[in-house]
Amino acid sequence: MSAGPTAVQPVPRGVFARRVGRGVRDWIPAAIVFALGMAVWEFGVKALDVQNFLLPPLSDILETLWDDRSGLTSAAWFTFKEALGGFVIGSGVAIALALLLARWRPLASAIMPYAIAANAIPIIAFAPITNNWFGLLSPASKIAIAAIICFFPVLVNTLRGLTSVRPASIELMRSYAAGEVEIFRRVRIPNALPFIFSALKVATVLAMIGAIVGDYFGGSQDSLGIVIRRDAGIFAFEHAWAAIVIASMLGILFYAAVAITERLAMRWHPSTRIE
Amino acid sequence: MASVAVERPSRFGIAWRPLLQRAGLTVAVFGGLWAFWEAFKWVGETTGLKLGQFTVNDRTLPHLHDIIGQLFEPSRRNGPLLIEVLWDAALFTAKEAAVGFFLGASIGFALAVILAHSRLLQRGFLPYIVASQTVPILAIAPMVVIWLGGRGLPDWLSVSVIAAYLTFFPVTINTLRGLESADPRALELMRSYAANRWRILWKLRVPASLPFLFAALKVSATACIVGAIIGELPASIQSGLGGAILNFNQYYASSPPSLWATNLVAAALGITFFLAVVLAEKLVVRRAPENVA
Amino acid sequence: MSVVSLKDVHKEFGKGGVIALQGIELEIGEREFVSLIGPSGCGKSTLLRIVGDLIQPTSGKVVVNGKSARQAREDRDYGIVFQDAVLFDWRTVAKNISLPLEMLGWDRRRRGERVKELLRLVELDGFESHHPWQLSGGMQQRVSIARALSFSPPLLLMDEPFGALDEMTRERLNIELLRIWDALGSTIVFVTHSISEAVFLSTRVVVMSPRPGQITGVVDIDLPQPRTAETREQPRFFELVADVRHRLRGLGDELDETELIVAEEGL
Repeated sequence: MSAGPTAVQPVPRGVFARRVGRGVRDWIPAAIVFALGMAVWEFGVKALDVQNFLLPPLSDILETLWDDRSGLTSAAWFTFKEALGGFVIGSGVAIALALLLARWRPLASAIMPYAIAANAIPIIAFAPITNNWFGLLSPASKIAIAAIICFFPVLVNTLRGLTSVRPASIELMRSYAAGEVEIFRRVRIPNALPFIFSALKVATVLAMIGAIVGDYFGGSQDSLGIVIRRDAGIFAFEHAWAAIVIASMLGILFYAAVAITERLAMRWHPSTRIE
Repeated sequence: MASVAVERPSRFGIAWRPLLQRAGLTVAVFGGLWAFWEAFKWVGETTGLKLGQFTVNDRTLPHLHDIIGQLFEPSRRNGPLLIEVLWDAALFTAKEAAVGFFLGASIGFALAVILAHSRLLQRGFLPYIVASQTVPILAIAPMVVIWLGGRGLPDWLSVSVIAAYLTFFPVTINTLRGLESADPRALELMRSYAANRWRILWKLRVPASLPFLFAALKVSATACIVGAIIGELPASIQSGLGGAILNFNQYYASSPPSLWATNLVAAALGITFFLAVVLAEKLVVRRAPENVA
Repeated sequence: MSVVSLKDVHKEFGKGGVIALQGIELEIGEREFVSLIGPSGCGKSTLLRIVGDLIQPTSGKVVVNGKSARQAREDRDYGIVFQDAVLFDWRTVAKNISLPLEMLGWDRRRRGERVKELLRLVELDGFESHHPWQLSGGMQQRVSIARALSFSPPLLLMDEPFGALDEMTRERLNIELLRIWDALGSTIVFVTHSISEAVFLSTRVVVMSPRPGQITGVVDIDLPQPRTAETREQPRFFELVADVRHRLRGLGDELDETELIVAEEGL
């Protein structure tokens, strides 16, 4: 932030084109690794004669995926909706609660250690109970477990972001006779955004885990968790891998959606600037 | 501003007063939660609260004292006490998780060290390291079991691998950030001593990365247990907490408190691992005072 | 009429704890430029914050602009500049400067015009859309000063604003600050570690000592206005620096040894 005596040349206007060009260039190494990885998957697997049920060649998996594309995409979409529902509810409640708690600093500091401890609990073990609560086949049970899993990390991080403001910033606002609400609006919330987004990115992954494992304990036929369980039972590994690929792609898109939102909302953040 | 901190005398180097305060507060919090639970149950049952399929009764929300009491009942007819069964299961899962933790942490750390030295490698591999966590480990688990089992390795080791899979990621990301967080001026100082890369790494970057590393390890403490439980499920491993959960889920109707008790034990395990990392952090950081924030 | 009036101000931190300030008596009149100087722990920053009602005194009377310190703060009678620029990363330079104006409810057009004026005043035209991390330390401090002046407060409180900057930038900003002071006719209370900076900028230098924090002396600076780079080479300048230095000697850590060496070498 305050760069001290080192003079940083201010970035001149009209650098947008350079930024985009730079960005594309940044992705070339990743693209190369991708191409190499796919090649290894396809040819290396055949060459090393890896057993089929462990890791079928990429082409076989893609073929299976294409053959059952409607079944797999509907299962993936079903699971994604459960994950998304849990993500929205869990994160939403967590952020709201954090905003409320941050108003009363002593309460927030008292609660923090317990929230952190609760964050250390393997919530996934609770999935069978939410299944019992809301019914095995109902998506509500999976949404519930996904929500609970997302809740604690988002709460802890949002609270941290809201309370980790530099004291000097608060002093500055007080010199403007600012009230608590103004301080929240102009300082605490913008300060918390990086924390919130980093927690939300983690939450996308957690929500997917919650939904899939929740379905595994018992769920609708049309869900990825059950598809995976069924495939494992009948040793249909190519189909299982197809399910894995599609689940993973969904997970990545989910994560990327949050990451892109983060870039748009926080154009100002050092992490989005060019080095 | 200018306030002087008074050093309180402490016995054995432990500050007793705040510790006792913390313990007292925790007891009060648990007491409060208990009261809230019972109150909610009472209100829910008398008003017939409904949320979709959810109603409040002894099946969906057993009394807390029933749950704790269940621990001291036999887990099945003429069988050992539930608490004994869960204790053994917890130990089994703990073993898998601990091995996975150290495996994942080591791999994560090594990966971070390699990546820290090359922007190119970072740009090439980081997206896939992030994407790796979107792969549903539940689906990978049976394959890992078969693969390693085929090589004559015990089932629980495969579960450790799954646990390591969830553990390495936060360690890699955070350690990388920590290694790169070294003060540029300190770096210049090291270079003025003609220190080579290795020296700079071990004398400067690694100590600078410790706070970040421990922050990640606290996340990994839970991640390895989650990984272990999930890994046990499709592998049909009976001896661990995952197996216990599946088992008591099957018989939920006949004994709801048993599944809740299992959750309690799993929660205790998670918190224990977490506290172990916190303790380790205190020990390590104490030896390196320059890292104290 | 005095802008700041402190009568018998005490400040103690915690019960029976450190006495940060004791028996502070000080009157500051309009258009004065008063520096507070002293070794670490003499309470100069605390005193500044008491004037700004960011800390409350344990006892004593504080009158700012004819009102209580609290009222002065609520009426926004002062602007404050810290050693750290305290800019908000998520706002551009223009939005950082207009922050207090937004809170005062100024409309967009009026804010925009004022920001333009201020950028010209601190010589940062063209940097409206930059972000703090794109600026050097000196530039960030100029933004911070522009922000403090945005609502034209009669009083400016500055807590070692140039402390983190290099000597040359500091000297240049000193001259700019005096230019702004002259143009706006404000009253400035300035905390600093640097003897030569205090003497160069001020109409009066208040010398403080620690344990407990108190005022040990006030030096009237009778150097002619406006002050320029040449002022630093006047014999009178060196005399005054020596005077302040002597009053500070033996009061704790020798402050700003480099200042003393520089002054003695006649640099």
